[in-house]
Amino acid sequence: MSVIVLVEHTGGNIKKKSFEAVQYAAQIAQQTATTVTAVVLGSIADAEMEALGNYGASKVIHIADNRLDELHARAYTTALVNIARAEDSKIIITLYDINGRAVAPRVAAQLKAGIVAGALSYPNLEKGFAIKKSVFSGKAFAWVNVLSDVKVIMLMPNTFQLSKTDGKATIEKQDISFSEKDFGIKVTAVNKVTGEIALTDATLVVSGGRGMKGPENWGLIEDLAKELGAATACSRPVADTHWRPHHEHVGQTGGTIRPDLYIAVGISGAIQHLAGVNGSKTIVVINSDPEAPFFKAANYGVVGDAMAVLPKLTAAVKKFKEQHH
Amino acid sequence: MKILVCISQVPDTTTKIILKDNDTAINSQGTTYIINPYDEWYALVRAIELKESGIATEIHLVTVGKADIEPVIRKALALGGDEAIRIDAESIDPYQTAVYIADYTKSAGYDLVLCGKESIDYNNGTTGVLLAELLDMDYIGFATSVKIEGNVAIVNREIEGGEETDSCNLPVVIACQKGVAEARIPNMRGIMAARTRPLKVIAPSAITPLTAILSYELPPAKAGVKLVSADNMDELVALLHTEAKSI
Ligand SMILES: Cc1cc2nc3c(=O)[nH]c(=O)nc-3n(C[C@H](O)[C@H](O)[C@H](O)COP(=O)(O)OP(=O)(O)OC[C@H]3O[C@@H](n4cnc5c(N)ncnc54)[C@H](O)[C@@H]3O)c2cc1C
Ligand SMILES: Nc1ncnc2c1ncn2[C@@H]1O[C@H](COP(=O)(O)O)[C@@H](O)[C@H]1O
Repeated sequence: MSVIVLVEHTGGNIKKKSFEAVQYAAQIAQQTATTVTAVVLGSIADAEMEALGNYGASKVIHIADNRLDELHARAYTTALVNIARAEDSKIIITLYDINGRAVAPRVAAQLKAGIVAGALSYPNLEKGFAIKKSVFSGKAFAWVNVLSDVKVIMLMPNTFQLSKTDGKATIEKQDISFSEKDFGIKVTAVNKVTGEIALTDATLVVSGGRGMKGPENWGLIEDLAKELGAATACSRPVADTHWRPHHEHVGQTGGTIRPDLYIAVGISGAIQHLAGVNGSKTIVVINSDPEAPFFKAANYGVVGDAMAVLPKLTAAVKKFKEQHH
Repeated sequence: MKILVCISQVPDTTTKIILKDNDTAINSQGTTYIINPYDEWYALVRAIELKESGIATEIHLVTVGKADIEPVIRKALALGGDEAIRIDAESIDPYQTAVYIADYTKSAGYDLVLCGKESIDYNNGTTGVLLAELLDMDYIGFATSVKIEGNVAIVNREIEGGEETDSCNLPVVIACQKGVAEARIPNMRGIMAARTRPLKVIAPSAITPLTAILSYELPPAKAGVKLVSADNMDELVALLHTEAKSI
């Protein structure tokens, strides 16, 4: 009956958002009087997996098959469905991210489970099994009630604060026999963006729009990002005119992000742009036009020329960091 | 090669969301519906490009929805579909929607199924994966380019922290996003021709939904922006640290 949670790791390190998913699972396990089984796939050291106990997993099932180092969604599905059946689990949790989104719906279809895509709350059991999620690109929230016996939840990353306990998890090694079709997709090339912080995982983001005037001024955005340890993003016209790479484009037709802090520089704040960033906890807008619509969606605003404000802000961050170390 | 493009209809992005019936429903009066941007700009346009380059022979469009969404599917046909299929049902449960489409698709013999990364109404991004599972097909999500070489799809896709190139035998379901195609708009001739293209209506199979929406909430209004002088960036940093607690 345990709550199953899929854990993601990269280069042998468990991702922070997966600790968050385990902690989320632990809270639901407590609500439903059961325990958490964390599932880890691919090459990773036992010592790293033990840390899952600190966030509420009582058992870790490790399938060490190194083919699982890459995302093979059907193989991941086979693993999760096998484990869920063996444990008679009613609740399966993944993250609402690229990996989770490829796997969770398959698991749900096999187990005839209803899905919540992008959970922002714990289930409300008084109303059935209702979970809050964002709809209409952040313009509203919906309480989705899962009617099926088995439930699949994809948790929105960066929704809950992590808090560590001294809990311990036991590690159990398992082998699962996969079929050929579990590896039907062949990966022929991988191009990891190294050295940069992945935008979708970043808790701090500095973003530039057309108000930056041209790619030659992007050093100012990068300097601030570097000082903060932030990722960089941009508005659509900026990516369309190739000032910045496409993966940085956020908004309705680009990526959706929910960082703790989003600093928008020279971006007007069109509704299609807001659709990708309005889940950010704090928004700072720097714009020379005091009437720019983005100020209405911002927590903090600076009216001024980006070229003059950015170096000052970068210097202030630097000074702050020096004082706090 | 036959391509199926899954088209969902969504409220225009600029629509203001108004709740009704004790917050259990969205007031859709006066709402303009559009083709989900990912379906139109990327999936459908890529299908059209594949047909123009002689790789695809036929493009079919499928949508699950009631009769009132026909203008949306007509517009999609005007962009370049050969035939549209409307499954006559209203569904916001992704599993139910996927079963409807899968039951139609099973016997129709498509080599490639294209859908969008997600619908901008319920922001699930689950229909395509469910469809692939129900059809026992592979699925590639977050695609940024789609090429077909013989019986193989060569797809670039976004992965955690980068990009990869995948190859996969047809048939396959691919969810498209930015990069897959350049956007275009229909010309008048296309719109006229689309009137004569078939729009078939079929009945949905019997399947009960696995989820239901109990109620909606609107986000709390922003407290209002706090303006900081451009000459006082130390204050902004201090606010971000002590008040917003984000650095
Ligand atoms: C269907 C659809 C989908 C779309 N999807 C997206 C999307 O995903 N993402 C997206 O971003 N857009 C999207 N758009 C486009 C969107 O509507 C806006 O056109 C776009 O976001 C504007 O980009 P911008 O703010 O960078 O540029 P602009 O609107 O040109 O704004 C530039 C801003 O910079 C300010 N500025 C100028 N000079 C300075 C200076 N020296 N210092 C400081 N500020 C300065 C100006 O006051 C202005 O507010 C979409 C549009 C449609 C129709
Ligand atoms: N009602 C529908 N009819 C046809 N296709 C749909 C429908 N809903 C979703 N899709 C397809 O599935 C994709 C993902 O949608 P969703 O799972 O709703 O976010 C969309 O981009 C469409 O291609």
